[in-house]
Amino acid sequence: MTTAAAPVATAEEKRRIRWADLAPFIALGVIVFIGILINSNFASSANLINVITRSAFITIIAVGATFVISSGGLDLSVGSMMAFVTGIMIMTMNGLAPSYGSWAIVMGAGVALVVGGLCGLFNGLIITVGRIEPFIVTLGTMGIFRAFITFMSDGGSLPIDRSLREAYRPVYFGDFLGIPYPVLITLAVVLLGAFLLYRTKYGRRLTSVGSNAEVARFSGVNVSRVRTLAYVIQGLCVGVAAICYVPRLGAATPTTGQLWELQVITAVVIGGTLLRGGRGRIWGSVAGALILEVIANVMVLSDMVSEYLVAAVQGAIIIIAMLAHRFTSSR
Amino acid sequence: MKYATTRTGTLVSVIALTCAMSFGAASAQESDITIAVSIPAATHGWTGGVVYHAEQAEKEIEAAFPNIDIVLSTASSATAQVSSLEDLSATRDLDALVILPFTSEELTGPVEQVKSNGTFITVVDRGLSDTSVQDLYVAGDNIAVGANTAHWLADQLGGEGEIVVLRGIPTVIDDERIQGFSEVIAETDIEILDIQYANWNQDEAFTLMQDYLAKYPNIDAVWANDDDMLLGVIEAVDQAERDDIKFALGGNGMKEVIELVMAEDERTPISTPYPPSMIKSAIYMTVGQFNGQAPMRGSFLLDAPLITPENAEQFYFPDSPF
Repeated sequence: MTTAAAPVATAEEKRRIRWADLAPFIALGVIVFIGILINSNFASSANLINVITRSAFITIIAVGATFVISSGGLDLSVGSMMAFVTGIMIMTMNGLAPSYGSWAIVMGAGVALVVGGLCGLFNGLIITVGRIEPFIVTLGTMGIFRAFITFMSDGGSLPIDRSLREAYRPVYFGDFLGIPYPVLITLAVVLLGAFLLYRTKYGRRLTSVGSNAEVARFSGVNVSRVRTLAYVIQGLCVGVAAICYVPRLGAATPTTGQLWELQVITAVVIGGTLLRGGRGRIWGSVAGALILEVIANVMVLSDMVSEYLVAAVQGAIIIIAMLAHRFTSSR
Repeated sequence: MKYATTRTGTLVSVIALTCAMSFGAASAQESDITIAVSIPAATHGWTGGVVYHAEQAEKEIEAAFPNIDIVLSTASSATAQVSSLEDLSATRDLDALVILPFTSEELTGPVEQVKSNGTFITVVDRGLSDTSVQDLYVAGDNIAVGANTAHWLADQLGGEGEIVVLRGIPTVIDDERIQGFSEVIAETDIEILDIQYANWNQDEAFTLMQDYLAKYPNIDAVWANDDDMLLGVIEAVDQAERDDIKFALGGNGMKEVIELVMAEDERTPISTPYPPSMIKSAIYMTVGQFNGQAPMRGSFLLDAPLITPENAEQFYFPDSPF
């Protein structure tokens, strides 16, 4: 994020920035604390493991979205893309199952990554080569991917072959030393994402493109390539999320991943990434995704809110969290 | 977005109609009765089933009665459905319209418009705001879906126990099912521990059931109000390895769940139908009005008998997406 105009940070400013960085984690802590007060079952290991495991999909996709958003872009198609990748993956696995047995799962997973990456590349190229607003392009592909999964499933559900179901199930429900596999996969994706964003030349170029594309261009950064790659990374993350998603319910339906794009963007923004680009916070996005999932969990565990008002309370909590964030960081 | 879809929808139907008209000139003599069928596009399991059964009915009827032409049109929103009605009635002389309206209020006016040309109107599932518009009304009984499940459950649990309920999307359909269910349960000693929305979505049902299981140490039965949600519920119960849950019930008659019933599953021994194939009943009855002059004006409410291993075969459509 070193642009020519960047002021020299004073010691005081540094402290302020650190404090702001911690805000999503503090918010998460507060919500967890409230959860413990409301219902003693909240802190049971079974409940916590459930919540962390099922936040895996949003977290993994949010890592990719952190790249896209900090490059100054936006991807509304992730939810539909995830459903589409899931569909292709299931069809591949079902097709290969008779001849390759359980190996079909590995091959299907490979296909998911390739298809995800290609979907991302498609978004990225139209945005950079076609020079169209990311909002419009991904709104378009959101409809396209959603229609494809509806078409592939005839509007019903596209289940995985029974012979593969048992072999694949542990990828969501199994664990290694008590840590569920989806959590381990999420951790790997997050570490890889953090390394790429904070420790490589590409990561620095990405944020510089996001904060000021013109300045980045004059400093010799290939802006189009950097942006396109961000969408490819997003696509790959969607592929990984699909790999964790399929073993859970074993089917893709036209409602798979519906409105996930909003959850993902919310998680990223709660986490401290700037929606206008120029600053990415991978770990913040992780906290953001957990906050969303924990709020939903606490809502069900508490008896205080009428079922009709749950969504209103969720929305209010998110806004309050953001206001608190702004209040602490502007002091 | 909605505007764009309507525009594309109109464009597609204009193209389709232009083709159909040039075609229609040649075949006009043989098919002298035109029946239009307007239904929602296949966006989830149940509507997917509606589209499937409407297509089946179209094939079967056109094969059986060469003088009848069925025009099928799907719409992705209420506005798109209004546009397609306008297009259909402007370009053809419709003898009958079979419609499953997206929403009651928005479609009442446009359907009235079609009726004013002397078209026979069959309304399916969701009623219009003004019932005098319809000649024939075919629908399932959502209250019975809830009530029949509740009666069965109350019998099995001996009139007492603790249960949880998952609701769908806030709509009349959901309200009626919940009403039918809770009225019957209220007369027993069964306690409904919790009731929350899961939007007829498998993933949300899975998540919600995990939370129910964490919250309540004992649950005797769970009612999911829809079979799509039931599949998510079953997955969550299996994962938690909880054996206090004696029954996990749904409704609608999705084929995966009918398969469970046929296999005499202990936890899901029954389902209750709210069959998407009711569109087929409606099309057949409308054809009867014209072809056999069998009187069909009135209301036809499909019963919601329990689907049991004995009769499951009748409700099972292996080729349907639902």
